Amino acid sequence: MSAPEIPAGPAASAASPTAPASAVEVRAVDKVFETRGGLVHALEGIDLTVAAGEFVSLIGPSGCGKSTLMRLIADLDEPSAGAITVFGKTPTQARLDQEYGIAFQQAGLLPWRTVAANVALPLELHGVASAARAAKVGELLDMVGLADFADRYPDQLSGGMQQRVAIARSLAEQPRLLLMDEPFGALDEMTREKMQSDLVRISAETGAAVVFVTHSIPEAVFLSDRVVVMSPRPGRIREIVPMRLGGAVGGAVGSEAGARADAATRAERTDDLREDRSFFDMVTAVREALHGGTPVATGARGVENR
Amino acid sequence: MTATVPTRALQSGRPGARRPSRMGPRTEATLRIVAPITVGAVVLGVWQFLVSVVGVSDYLLPSPASILEELAASWDSIVSATLITGTNALVGLVAGTLLGIALAALAARWNAVDRMSAPVIAALAVVPIVALAPVLNSMFGADSQFGRQAIAAIASFVPVFVNTLRGFRQTKPVHRELMRAYAATPGQVLRTLTLPTARPFILTGIRIASSLAVISALVAEYFGGPRGGLGSLISTSAASSAYARAWAYVVASIALGLLFYLATLALERLVVRRANPGGPR
Repeated sequence: MSAPEIPAGPAASAASPTAPASAVEVRAVDKVFETRGGLVHALEGIDLTVAAGEFVSLIGPSGCGKSTLMRLIADLDEPSAGAITVFGKTPTQARLDQEYGIAFQQAGLLPWRTVAANVALPLELHGVASAARAAKVGELLDMVGLADFADRYPDQLSGGMQQRVAIARSLAEQPRLLLMDEPFGALDEMTREKMQSDLVRISAETGAAVVFVTHSIPEAVFLSDRVVVMSPRPGRIREIVPMRLGGAVGGAVGSEAGARADAATRAERTDDLREDRSFFDMVTAVREALHGGTPVATGARGVENR
Repeated sequence: MTATVPTRALQSGRPGARRPSRMGPRTEATLRIVAPITVGAVVLGVWQFLVSVVGVSDYLLPSPASILEELAASWDSIVSATLITGTNALVGLVAGTLLGIALAALAARWNAVDRMSAPVIAALAVVPIVALAPVLNSMFGADSQFGRQAIAAIASFVPVFVNTLRGFRQTKPVHRELMRAYAATPGQVLRTLTLPTARPFILTGIRIASSLAVISALVAEYFGGPRGGLGSLISTSAASSAYARAWAYVVASIALGLLFYLATLALERLVVRRANPGGPR
């Protein structure tokens, strides 16, 4: 609104000096829902900056407003107070300009379309020529390892495969920002770890900033540059825990250069990291933040805590 | 008739839902075709027996053989009558379907339209064709088929509208939010999400409407207007005591109704092949 006019260019402008360093800025945001039982304060006094290329997870118990926060960024809901900018624009403008890709907990594929046609949907809606569309879809399906399933229908795929199609679809327009609402929530543990490794690789490859909603601590730790720990009723940010994994130390947190360095080190995250000492340290740090700063027993290593 | 075919399709489509059977699948399939034919043959046999051996009066009940004779004898007039009535039914079905889909789209889009139209639809749904036919016939003149087509259209409109409106409300929240996230225009949402979701519902509506269109077009002919259709010929033949000929026209009417039903059923099968897959999404 009062922010200076930013050229509404595609991903290329991320590198230009006039582009804002932050992908998402959330300032003093409140969200109040009116329900039959009265007012529900879903979010209160939220301040958060996500740098371009940075991977930020939102974690917290049910009802802490983490999904709501993501929905506000996506312009699927409007904040009751405060302001959000996405690449310097209002969320509505960012949505209209297709600045972000989105994936939900449900894959949300259209059952009457083939896998390829589902991935092509956003390209089709935005008038990409069919030859370019086919090429892009082939590339995306390769990336998520589903090239052989292009002509199948969603009901012929497993849940994990459907979710991979949904992620390919969210990446179709090379967004600079990916919004993901518990995309692996419905998957079994094996598939989940595989998908996490894939996502780490993909996000590093594309250089997109990611806002990732989850309720799994190990998942948040494994994926993120920073983990935003939230507390419920009203939803507040309790603590932001920067991740230091595998001996690599990220740059200045929240800065673009730092985020780039983080993305580079993030790309090196593999399944070995799940066995790494620093991984458990970070899991512990997030657990303690979740439990309100009081140290919790850390006897059992790598215990799923969700 | 309306209910049996989909039920059977559902059963054969879901192996788990089929009741356990000692018969092999091939025997069962053969039986499914042979059984109704046998029943039909037995009924016709008994009918013929009643007329020719027991001696039920030909006025009361013409024998199947004599009906068949009449069918062959007045074949040309039966074909032309079927064409006239069939055309009326088809015009009505198409018009009613288009109107039903269009109005359902409006009602789904604006709640106000829905609330305004609800009582009108309810009224249309209970309108007896018998009551409307004489009125429309005198409205559009005694030499016009338009009144009959209008009646068939009104009869088809209701099931198409009701089913389509239900179909338009089946879109899932996750799909709607996806469309919002893609900043899709209302036209794009209609084309890529709402219509494909509603497609099986629309086609079910059309299938139900197809039978109604034929029945209404036929019955409307009993109440004046130009002669030549199946309905008017049935009443003429019956009035002149040519019962076997009247029955021959009835047989043609049944064939016409079946043709409409099967055609729309085929359309439904063809278009909805992929519309309702099971499993997780």
